[in-house]
Formats: sequence, structure tokens, C-alpha cells
Amino acid sequence: MLENYLPIVVFIAVGMVIGVAPIVLGKLLGPNKPNTAKLSPYECGFEAFEDARAQFDVRFYLVAILFIIFDLEIAFLFPWAVVFQQLGWPAIFAMGVFLLLLTVGFIYEWKKGALEWE
Amino acid sequence: MDLELIKTIGWILVKIVAIIVPVILTIVYLMYFERKVIGFMQARVGPNRVGYRGLLQPWADGIKLLFKEVLVPSSSNKYLFIVAPMITMAAAMAAWAVVPFGTGLVLANINAGVLYILAVMSLGVYGVIIAGWASNSKYAFLGALRCSAQMISYEIAMGFALVGVLMAAGSLNLTEIVMAQQGGFWHWYWIPLLPLFVVHWVSSVAETNRAPFDIAEGESEIVAGFHVEYSGMAFAVFFLAEYANMILLALLAAIFYMGGWLSPFEGIPYLGQWFAFVPGPIWLILKTCLFLFLYLWFRATFPRFRYDQVMRLGWKVYIPVTLVWIVVVALLVQFKIGPWFS
Repeated sequence: MLENYLPIVVFIAVGMVIGVAPIVLGKLLGPNKPNTAKLSPYECGFEAFEDARAQFDVRFYLVAILFIIFDLEIAFLFPWAVVFQQLGWPAIFAMGVFLLLLTVGFIYEWKKGALEWE
Repeated sequence: MDLELIKTIGWILVKIVAIIVPVILTIVYLMYFERKVIGFMQARVGPNRVGYRGLLQPWADGIKLLFKEVLVPSSSNKYLFIVAPMITMAAAMAAWAVVPFGTGLVLANINAGVLYILAVMSLGVYGVIIAGWASNSKYAFLGALRCSAQMISYEIAMGFALVGVLMAAGSLNLTEIVMAQQGGFWHWYWIPLLPLFVVHWVSSVAETNRAPFDIAEGESEIVAGFHVEYSGMAFAVFFLAEYANMILLALLAAIFYMGGWLSPFEGIPYLGQWFAFVPGPIWLILKTCLFLFLYLWFRATFPRFRYDQVMRLGWKVYIPVTLVWIVVVALLVQFKIGPWFS
């Protein structure tokens, strides 16, 4: 059972090598002549006005929070989806109640305008 | 370390090379065909100077990038800046471990295949957001924010679409999902799961930040988005990872909805027998190419979405559609509606 996962571990290691190798090669083979202008952040030729890590829109946080809720919902649906054929109607009704509750929440956040990006 | 283990790992490495080399060749020629196909759609010829009909163009581009300077901006977080493309590439590659190419032609035939792919694909968003944050540049930061918000939004739509597939197939194993679609192309899941198929495919385009969902790199406003500060090979790695993800998602669309390596002529008198000699992986490659062509076709056809339109499509159209269709699939399966669920 667990030995099925050995190829995956090796594959992940190979994937890392494929990610690291080109960059190391590029560092070794490419020229290395930095100067201040090259190393400053790109802002269409101007000096950078201020730090880039400024305030940003709170809606990005909102999307991230909603994502967590819905992703948990998916994580909950996955095992159910695999076995619901064997479990029959009780499983369908149970999941129906769960989805209904989440849909009510979804409608609420929709009406509240959490999904608006004018 | 005993000899047996070293032998096993050596054999695994051979198989991994047999998967990764074709994938990398496909990435290289997908770039070539992208420029060629879009060229023809715009009544140009595309690259035709380097090698016969420009076939060596992607290699020339790669070698050029290899000999360019890898700059690390002085105000960036240097380690994170270099690690970000590596994460993106490792995640884009690792997903291939569980992809089946035919009956039994799979490196790791694990029971949680779909779960693994979904988990590894979600890791891609870390590369994006770390790159954007570590660059300490306004364009990169804005691009990373937009890109990550878009990717997680469409991941939900895609996850819900996958729930439909799992309900229909009753398994998380990719090989079993294909085998559940046996019996001719009208048994493939694109018919009973048509809305989910459309949602899944459009989400695949949005997940990879391809046109018309490429606001993350919108060159007319934020120049190149999260990878604006990257140069040389560090940039090339992001680029390669994007194409690896495109190929992976095209392949997954073929596996989940188009019967994977099953012949489209299966179960049809005469045609079925005439094409019976074609090995399964050929069909899978043809179906994948069809989806890859759709990527290029979309890019040549559609103008870029606005950000509010992207978010509205993901949250207000796709999530409700998939929620409704999950209920429909549950009823279809429960009442054993044929020919799919008998």
C-alpha cells in the first residue's frame, strides 16, 4: 500500500531538481555584472516612489477567507462522492442538508456584496 | 541501503525519465505551435527562420535565456525570490507522478490520485504569491495578488466539477475513472456532466492564467505581473511551469470527461474494428492535443476579461452551476439513468 507512494516521493525530488537545475545553470553560464540601475525595482524607468508592500484592497482577504470555507466543503464532498453509491438515500439527504446550509451562507454573502468587484 | 531498494529506485528513475522527457519535449513544441498557430490565425507565418520551418526556434530561445544574466533586485527577499520559481516548477512536475497514459501505464497507481493532483496543483499558487511578494516591486505585487485570488477562486469551481466526476465514477483513482467511461463515446462523462465539463475546462484556462484570463500578467497595465523582476533562466522556469500546467490540465480534461485513452469508435460496428489496432495512448495524445489547441485558439480569439468580470464568472456563475449539477448527478446516479450509470 505505502510502497505505491515511493515513486511519488522520488518524482517530487526529480521535480525539484528540474526546478533548481536551470536556475543554477543560468547563474553559472550567464554574465554577472550587476549595477544599481539594474537591481532597482522596475517602475517604467522611474525611481521607485515608495515601498511596494503598501496597503491593498481588503477584498483579496475576503476572497481568501471564502476560499477556505469552500475548499473545506470540497474536501468534505470528496470522500462522500466516492462512496455515496453504496450508502444510498440517507447519504444523499445528509449531504443535501449540508449543502443547503452552505448555500444559505453563500446567498447571504452574495446579498451582502462580498462578491462585488465593481 | 540494501541492493533491492537501490534497484527499485533506479527502476523508478528510469520510468520518471520516460515520463519527463516527453513532457519537456511537448512543452518546447507547444511554445513553437502556439506562435505558429496564432501566427496563422492572424494571417502571419510565425517563426520560420531558425531551422526547417522554424522548428529550432524554441531551442534557440532557450539557449538565449540560458546565457542571460539572472538578476536579483537589491530590495527583494533574495532567498524567497530564487526559491519561488523552483516551487512553481516542482509543483508543476510532481503532479505527473499519478497521471495514467494507458491501461497499467502509470508510475504510481494510487487510490487517492485525484486528491493528490488537486493538492499539488494548489501548491502552484505559493510560487506565484512568493514571487510577487519577494520581488518588492509594485507591478509584481499587484500581479501576484490578482493572480492568487483568481487561482483560488477557480480552484473552487474546478473542485466542485471534480466532485461530479467522482460521484459518477465512484473512485479517486484516475485509471478507474477512465475505465468507468467504457462503451463508446456516448458513455464518456462529457454528456451527463456537460455543465461541469465546461466549468472544468474554462477553470483550467483560468488556473493557468492563460488568455482570456491573463489579467495577472496584463502587459498593458501591470507589465508582466508577478514575474516582472525575473530575468534569464529564473523567468524561463516560470514560463516552462506554465506550459507544463497547460499540458497537465489538457490531459486531465481528456481523462475526466473524454474517456482518456479509450477509442472514440468503441462499440460502433465496422469503425470500431478498423481502429482497434490503434494503441490507447495515441487516443489520449490526440485528445490532449485537441484541448491544447483550444488553449491557443482562445488566446487568438478572445479579448482579455476585466478583473471584476473574471471574479463574477468564477463566483456568481460557475459555483452556483456546479452546485446545482452536483444534485443532478446525485439523482442521475441514484436512479441509474442509462447509458452512463446503469
